[in-house]
Amino acid sequence: MKVGVVTFPGTLDDVDARRAVTAAGAEAVALWHGDHDLKGVDAVVLPGGFSYGDYLRCGAIARFAPVMTEVVAAANAGMPVLGICNGFQILCESHLLPGALIRNEHRKFACLDQRLRIENASTAWTNQYQSGQEVTIVLKNGEGSFVADEATLDMLEGEGRVVARYLGNPNGSQRDIAGITNERGNVVGLMPHPEHAIEDLCGPGADGLGFFTSVLSALVG
Amino acid sequence: MARVVVDVMPKPEILDPQGKAVQGALPRLGFTGIVDVRQGKRFEIEFDGDITDERLAEVNRMAETLLSNPVIEDFAVSVVA
Repeated sequence: MKVGVVTFPGTLDDVDARRAVTAAGAEAVALWHGDHDLKGVDAVVLPGGFSYGDYLRCGAIARFAPVMTEVVAAANAGMPVLGICNGFQILCESHLLPGALIRNEHRKFACLDQRLRIENASTAWTNQYQSGQEVTIVLKNGEGSFVADEATLDMLEGEGRVVARYLGNPNGSQRDIAGITNERGNVVGLMPHPEHAIEDLCGPGADGLGFFTSVLSALVG
Repeated sequence: MARVVVDVMPKPEILDPQGKAVQGALPRLGFTGIVDVRQGKRFEIEFDGDITDERLAEVNRMAETLLSNPVIEDFAVSVVA
């Protein structure tokens, strides 16, 4: 199984994401923002960091990168896509996911080992967790506050599309939302960084590895 | 040459942390009576020739697709002579 990891100008976490993919037992494939080419991968990770200076709004320019044309088409056809942090912002700007991410309510950068509750354990990226399971995953963001109108929030909750919720809200996200999925469950956006939590040696443990083993299971299954 | 201005503002119901930071700083400089500050963006777009209806429609499309995010922002387009 091949999992592509896109590098945009300003991406920070592509190397860790590729490492997490390898640790989960898949082949990691480096993808480039300027290519109209997904190189035959079975799933895509949009990693964290920044993109195009995050000028205008986070993810607003990355959304129109050549590779995103291919990612959006593949996602609409059912390919698993995980957007982490800046990747989550890009997925929202691309309209693959509803809502938006704005500056943290307290205006400070948040960097901590964050407790989360997995709310939906049936997506392509969370099927190796139990619904209600509590995990600790690194969080680091300045613009991680998830916002949407009340009707959209109600829809997300009603359809079980809140993937993970913060236990102790670090950034002002509405209804403590840390991650959401699309209707089909193949596209997931997540503000915390599971790729930084795949082994005990560095980071708060291996709770994040499940996101990457989940996609393998979804692709094989 | 003609100039079209696009003003983008956070929607009223969306928290504006940058505006709040400015609002917090102003009284420290001695400015008083400030109830609220909202921070937006202003784009000045220069065109060759006159501003036609088609061109204005194009600017509206620019504002909808790139300059603003309709989930969190409103925009207004105006022509500057």
